[in-house]
Amino acid sequence: MREERGGRGGRDKDKKDGKGGEAPRRGGFFRRRRVCKFCAEKIDYINYKDVRLLTPFLPERGKIQPRRISGTCALHQRKLQVAIKRARQLALIPYVTD
Amino acid sequence: MSTSRQYELVYIVTPEASEQDVADLHTQIEQIIERFKGTLDKTENWGRRRLAYEIGKHREGTYVVETITGSGELMKEIDRRLRVSDAVIRHLVVRVDEELRVAERTRSARQASTARRRVARGLPPERQPGEGRGDADMMDDMEGAEVQR
Repeated sequence: MREERGGRGGRDKDKKDGKGGEAPRRGGFFRRRRVCKFCAEKIDYINYKDVRLLTPFLPERGKIQPRRISGTCALHQRKLQVAIKRARQLALIPYVTD
Repeated sequence: MSTSRQYELVYIVTPEASEQDVADLHTQIEQIIERFKGTLDKTENWGRRRLAYEIGKHREGTYVVETITGSGELMKEIDRRLRVSDAVIRHLVVRVDEELRVAERTRSARQASTARRRVARGLPPERQPGEGRGDADMMDDMEGAEVQR
């Protein structure tokens, strides 16, 4: 009985850790899920000409990073998507990188 | 007269074009704007910049950003002219007035709600200097969390 309680305690602890913003993945591959960058920094207008703002959302291949990994909220992911696509047309950021 | 809207025009000129060519192109656009009774609000020349990928056979180009207020017909004409032009290798017209208005609205809404909450807590509506945790501190905290992992 004592063991059971100990086990449960451990699980609660894990949960609390998860709430702290960490999302461990299998096989050692993980990326932290964070709060939406644009909400946190109060960026209302995602400017497509600001390459420095957009590049953190483009992993090595140049694809748009999914929300589940970057932690961006739905509203801002949508705006980010438009901004990235515009920047791509202007050859500011690549469509694909090999 | 048609409604006037704000647009952003970005175009990339070939690296072969001289400064004079870029200036000529700019005056051409100015003339079109004048003809359609629009206004040129702002011009930004980024100069030569490396392209993220090859366009045609070019690896770099001169970027010019223009903010224009005018009608849709005006932008249509500019778009047509730039498409025909050999010197321009890529261009993009974006209507920005609504986006900026939305951004401004969310910003003022946030400020208003912050002020309201601050007043409810018996504080002055504006944040005082040196009060609470600064933005730099918050950044530090986030970095610390990352290191902990």
